[in-house]
Amino acid sequence: MTLLADLSTPIVMGILLGGLYAVIALGLSLVFGVVKEMNIAHGDLVILGSYLAYTIMTSFGVDPILSLIIGMPLFFGLGFVIQKYLLNRAFKISMDATLIIAFGISIILQNTYQLIWTPMSRGLTTSYALKSFSAGPFFFPFVYLLNFVVAIAVMICLREFLRRTYLGVAIRSAAQDMKAAHLMGINTNRVFAYTFAIGMVLAAVAGVLLGLTFPFTPTSGLPFLIIALGVVVLGGLGSIAGTLIGGIAFGLAQTLGGHFFGVAAQMLVAYTMVLVVLAVIPRGIFGR
Amino acid sequence: MPEGTLLKVSHIDAFHGSFQALWDVSLSIKPREIVAIIGANGSGKSTLLDTISGLVHPAEGGIEFEGKNISTLDPFRIVDLGISQVPEGRRVFPDLSVMENLFIGSYNRKARSDKAQNLKKVQQLFPVLKARKTQLAKTLSGGEQQMLAIGRSLMSSPKLMLLDEMSLGLAPLIVNELYKVLREIRERGITILFVEQNVRRSLTEADRAYIMETGRIVLSGNVEELREEEKVKKAYFGD
Repeated sequence: MTLLADLSTPIVMGILLGGLYAVIALGLSLVFGVVKEMNIAHGDLVILGSYLAYTIMTSFGVDPILSLIIGMPLFFGLGFVIQKYLLNRAFKISMDATLIIAFGISIILQNTYQLIWTPMSRGLTTSYALKSFSAGPFFFPFVYLLNFVVAIAVMICLREFLRRTYLGVAIRSAAQDMKAAHLMGINTNRVFAYTFAIGMVLAAVAGVLLGLTFPFTPTSGLPFLIIALGVVVLGGLGSIAGTLIGGIAFGLAQTLGGHFFGVAAQMLVAYTMVLVVLAVIPRGIFGR
Repeated sequence: MPEGTLLKVSHIDAFHGSFQALWDVSLSIKPREIVAIIGANGSGKSTLLDTISGLVHPAEGGIEFEGKNISTLDPFRIVDLGISQVPEGRRVFPDLSVMENLFIGSYNRKARSDKAQNLKKVQQLFPVLKARKTQLAKTLSGGEQQMLAIGRSLMSSPKLMLLDEMSLGLAPLIVNELYKVLREIRERGITILFVEQNVRRSLTEADRAYIMETGRIVLSGNVEELREEEKVKKAYFGD
């Protein structure tokens, strides 16, 4: 077998996995880029999306993707409330206060998951979760392809929203110049609440994709938060395309690292790359 | 109030933290006037505009716009009422296109329905903004950015326009052009309050002027009177 053929599996898997990572990172990047809050509960909120889809699936037999019809508005409302009544009040005191609140939310969520869903590993086991597709002589899991397609769709929607709607342009304005945004008649507190709400919608989508791809436990949020941070470092803040590139770069580093150095070293390779990028181009590949 | 006052600032004090920036400042503006606030750096001119815009709330005194008390309102409410500020340093949104900057100018509810009309007017006043509509604002020259900042403000359908140090750092030729546009804007029924360090310029472009020193208004009147005032001559024309 040639080297290229040998590498095609980790390369395709890495790229597709990058789509999932990008969706997980997108909400974190949006909130950090606009509201300047580091939402360290983002991973746990993604897992909340996984658990919500799990509960809807096991209780009512609704497909996880379809359950987003309920999940997305629910997360939107939850995000709006969290930002408006908790975080907006906290950052009048200091940005550190928002960090501590996010940390508190993270702990509360993890313990709540333990109580409701037990520490046992869960997964969104659907009929298509185990299907695979073929590319040349190789077979790839269908959910990886699904992740990638959904990731692209989500990113196009977000991009168009940020470009074409009053709220979208207001979000970008507030991120660039708060004082000028006020002078345009923008209620920045409200815009921040909407931004966090949209970040939560992205978390709901990410949670479903994650649950379809990997098993999850109450503490699964943290490793995915760290992956998302890596993706944001790679891609640079404030760029949707950058987030996708960052996700793919992270996914490739992981699968190729696993291919060459063994599965145990795959995350080591990925994080080493994050550190190198941080040292060489600290603003990330697409950063401003 | 037909020929009454559009804006009435009565005895306001304002603070930046513990530093008092405005002391017992009063002024009033009639519809369709052009009024200048003149003063050196740090005399409180910008704070006065920010207080009218609601970015700073006065500790004492009141601000009335069309007879309504606005001194405790948030900035976005004040924009809704028809007061728009072109801030010092232009502050266009650097990573938005020229078109997006103008678009967000029409963010307030009332302005949204007038968006198409306002855009046409702005592009008439500043044809360069039409030619460069897809460019990012940060790629414009200083003069073009100032035009964009003024255009963005006009998009909000203002009744009163506040301009902070419009001519700062711009070539005299461009400044002439901008003041010509201000006169046109006034012809369209918009009242103008501008802040300027250049005394000569202010006393030719405005109808009336207020002179500020260390947070207080020390002199005011028609520009013809002020030009003859001994104190003004001494302080600003080196007489």
